[in-house]
Amino acid sequence: MSRPIRVLVAKPGLDGHDRGAKVVARALRDAGMEVIYTGLRQTPEQIVEAAVQEDVDVVALSILSGAHNTLLPKIVQLLREKGAGDKLVVGGGVIPADDIPYLKSQGIAEIFTPGTPTSESVEFIKSHVRIDA
Amino acid sequence: MMDIRKGMAEGDKVALAKLITMAEDGRRDAMDIIRDMYGKTGGAYLIGITGPPGVGKSTLTAGLARIYSSLGKKVGIIACDPTSPYTGGAILGDRIRMQQLFTDPNIFIRSMGSRGHLGGLSKSTRIAARIMDIFGMDYIFIETVGVGQSEVEIAGTADTTVMVLAPGLGDDIQAMKAGIMEIGNVFVVNKCDRDGAEKTAREIKAMLDFNGDAAWRPQVILTAAQENKGVDDVMDAIGRHMEYIKDSGVFINKRKEHIRDEIMDLAAQSIMCDIMNGLSKEELSNIVDKVANGETDPYTASDRILKTIRYHLNGRDFD
Repeated sequence: MSRPIRVLVAKPGLDGHDRGAKVVARALRDAGMEVIYTGLRQTPEQIVEAAVQEDVDVVALSILSGAHNTLLPKIVQLLREKGAGDKLVVGGGVIPADDIPYLKSQGIAEIFTPGTPTSESVEFIKSHVRIDA
Repeated sequence: MMDIRKGMAEGDKVALAKLITMAEDGRRDAMDIIRDMYGKTGGAYLIGITGPPGVGKSTLTAGLARIYSSLGKKVGIIACDPTSPYTGGAILGDRIRMQQLFTDPNIFIRSMGSRGHLGGLSKSTRIAARIMDIFGMDYIFIETVGVGQSEVEIAGTADTTVMVLAPGLGDDIQAMKAGIMEIGNVFVVNKCDRDGAEKTAREIKAMLDFNGDAAWRPQVILTAAQENKGVDDVMDAIGRHMEYIKDSGVFINKRKEHIRDEIMDLAAQSIMCDIMNGLSKEELSNIVDKVANGETDPYTASDRILKTIRYHLNGRDFD
């Protein structure tokens, strides 16, 4: 069964623009995925509710503000509390290399920093999501 | 694996979301659950929101849902967007206009790609609405993809269809054409703060005048959904249409028609399944080759396929 992978692309926090998130959303679309895009300035609670209701396979978080060490682990924690800890959570944006090990220890599967080819993110998602239908 | 039946009965949104996914994937275990819980359907009122791309369907839907929720009603929203015919991918962006509703405990939103289905909805929209009905929603909004001129499937799914338009989409001849302009039970001219909104409303009204003494005369309402202007008027108009169809008996007949369509769709789908299961890729490609070589024609070929399938089915047990 080959249903499309469903991805929520979300922007937690107070970023001023979403150029990067839109580029990624488009690349995932062109890779045959259903991309639910929710717009700027979301709270972790809003993102988690959307992920639950849409029953996505992947939550892709774009963040530029520097608040990643707070917001990204919070989202993983809330997903687990809501009984939706099965989703693959990835992050992207301006995130210093030093912070990446901590984020991974908190349940973020991968971090894509500026300059990552979109094909790399696509491949990562495709190889880490199992569709059992 | 969580207990979906239990979750559905207890109002767990995770269970609702999972069951919709399973049904969308066409899984038999989903059908079994729906079958078992079918007795709980019938309580929800289905409101279709349709219209061309960019007129403000999502914003209006969000405004309406917010009002119903504030009255203590449970609201489901199914928002459809187009799937790419080339890659199968989709951008589902209706939620952007609904941000304020994400954490509302009375509201559940599900975005769906059309996945190759024409007609303005997704193949699984109807079943997703059934599932939300079982869950106990009072109102279910079904927002179509942005429609052109002939995607009228929503009228065969919703109890009340709201046609949303905006100024500047064309002259009065556009309003006279057959197709989507015929299916509105309520008309909305959104973005009424823009030039030409009154003129658009007049043209729609003139078009409705031609319908003569139809039992239901749709209202034409001006809104600016982003400013929340006129949204409560739309809600009132939906309420009046609901009253009208319930009092006049139209409701029962409409629901029966929809059930008939659903049964026929399901039957057609399972026949298609039987054909696909009873016909190997090699067999099919042999037949295609024969037609392409001029040895036979498509009509004879399809008759032969059906005969073969029927022959196989006759050996099967019917109870």
